[in-house]
Amino acid sequence: MNMLQYIIRRLLQLIPVLLGMTFIVFLIIRAIPGDPALVILGQQATEDAVAALRESLGLDEPWYVQYFQYLGNLLTGDLGESIRTRTPVNEEIWPYLATTFELSIFAIVIAVIVGVNAGIISAWFQNSWFDYTAMVLALVGVSMPIFWLGLMMQYQFSLQWDWFPTTGRENVRDPVNAITNLYLIDTLIQGRFDQFVVVLKHLVMPGIALATIPMAIIARMTRSSMLEVMKSDYIRTARAKGEKMFWVVYKHSLKNAIIPVLTVIGLQTGLLLGGAILTETIFGLPGVGRYIYEGISSRDYPVIQSGILIVAFIFVMINLIVDILYSVIDPRIRYN
Amino acid sequence: MGEPAQRLEPANKPPQEETISPWKEAWRKFRKNKIALVGTSIVFFFILVAIFAPLIAPQGINEQDLPNRLQPPSADFWFGTDDFGRDIFSRVVFGARLSLTVGFLAVVGSAIVGSMLGIIAGYYGKWVDTIISRIFDIMLAFPSILLAIAVVSILGPSLRNALIAIAIINIPNFGRLIRSRVLSVKEEEYIMAAKAIGMSDSRILFSHVLPNSMTPIIVQGSLAIATAILEAAALGFLGLGAQIPEPEWGAMLAASRALLVQAPWTLFFPGLAIMLAVLGFNLMGDGLRDALDPKMKT
Repeated sequence: MNMLQYIIRRLLQLIPVLLGMTFIVFLIIRAIPGDPALVILGQQATEDAVAALRESLGLDEPWYVQYFQYLGNLLTGDLGESIRTRTPVNEEIWPYLATTFELSIFAIVIAVIVGVNAGIISAWFQNSWFDYTAMVLALVGVSMPIFWLGLMMQYQFSLQWDWFPTTGRENVRDPVNAITNLYLIDTLIQGRFDQFVVVLKHLVMPGIALATIPMAIIARMTRSSMLEVMKSDYIRTARAKGEKMFWVVYKHSLKNAIIPVLTVIGLQTGLLLGGAILTETIFGLPGVGRYIYEGISSRDYPVIQSGILIVAFIFVMINLIVDILYSVIDPRIRYN
Repeated sequence: MGEPAQRLEPANKPPQEETISPWKEAWRKFRKNKIALVGTSIVFFFILVAIFAPLIAPQGINEQDLPNRLQPPSADFWFGTDDFGRDIFSRVVFGARLSLTVGFLAVVGSAIVGSMLGIIAGYYGKWVDTIISRIFDIMLAFPSILLAIAVVSILGPSLRNALIAIAIINIPNFGRLIRSRVLSVKEEEYIMAAKAIGMSDSRILFSHVLPNSMTPIIVQGSLAIATAILEAAALGFLGLGAQIPEPEWGAMLAASRALLVQAPWTLFFPGLAIMLAVLGFNLMGDGLRDALDPKMKT
């Protein structure tokens, strides 16, 4: 089976999963006990308003008709309309998605750089004080409630030491002129390095909070994977040839130890996207997690539905890409 | 001189061999793992705190003492007081009951349902397996906290519904694990022998397949309790789990968010309790995995 066939097969396998996902998301409104329109609008709503919402959500139709209508709408890119803002969800969600994307990429970069290096050094100097400290920290990191860590960081680094801003994404008095909505890129494109630093400062605390658990898992995984590889014959040969230890570790060992680490990185994206809801809520970042959270607070079900569906869709796609990447990086992994 | 005499055994008696059951062997391994023992001690500490909460807590969970509101930690109020003058220590102690109960019940629920589905899928195979496995795939396609949010937004926010949501989202983890175990167990000779003597499917499943799949359930269960406690706290923090004034750790953090500047201790201690409880279950789970089923380690 060649690469193209493998990708096509994986895409075909995705179809039932995606259909199932849309069905679960479809159920979010339809499975509400009682009259969903009344639940959304609250007990004080007039009968006319409830009837109008029932009609606009298509609740009077049989469920299967509703589901196929919903699917049809999704295929045309119609994600419904926010009850609160009266704006189509697909129009208003993009800036939120960009925020989450920027935060997640920033967090995964921190997690990979710190996690992989901590794992390597721990394996290199096995049973040293660094190894023990890093692994104890990793154990604690895996168990960390990131919403609590975020609050504690806000207290210490923002309120006590004033190193970083407490909440938000930019200096509200000097807002970023959004082009891609990825502010780090936008500020660079416009040559506003002062704003770039401000945006970066806003990202540091939420980025570290979100990176904590993946960082800890990556560090543990890299360490055990490196320890295994460093025992192999070709590493001994490299060392016997007089290769410097630094190159043995970073060139020879890491190349082979990185594959299981990649698996973990792929698996962590789900955790990261889920964690983004909590991180964005704490740090007041207008990301998709906060968008869903606000949807929940105002019982804006189309927003909750679409937000969850989009995040789950991204998660599935990232996992697919990671799966394909394995086979590119490691030719030993067969497509079938 | 007595030594040679001791070696003499009656001719008809086979030499004594020390046989160790797999459970004893696992216990021996577990006991040697210091980190796992630390985790187990933390878990037992929290269990004792939860059981004896009324004896340990100096005040009731909603007992207000307004003259002593927002007191920092002191000899009188170990963890300080909140904006209603409630003793944080007492609330954290009672919170252990809620968090541990939610974690335990959610995991037991998901283990029972997940194992049943996993056994049915693995044992019967064919279309039954395809349908169940696809449902698991779909559920695992959601980041877990999002699926929990979806379930709670259908059922409505409450601690009970958070428990149900956490149980539901953990079902596929148990299901997949047991399914793969059953697939290997059902090829064993003793299962074929049971079939050959005409034993019914349900008897084979419950008397042979399930007991032989218990180890991964125990390991996964202890690790899942850690995740469940964390998820319950996250839902509580988002206002989707326990509701104010319940002393659930996550809900306590949400209620005290506005006090971060004024009274950081109202946030510090409930969060520390979450972290320690989760750490305890994680360390214990890691230890159990190493002792019972080292193959599970990835």
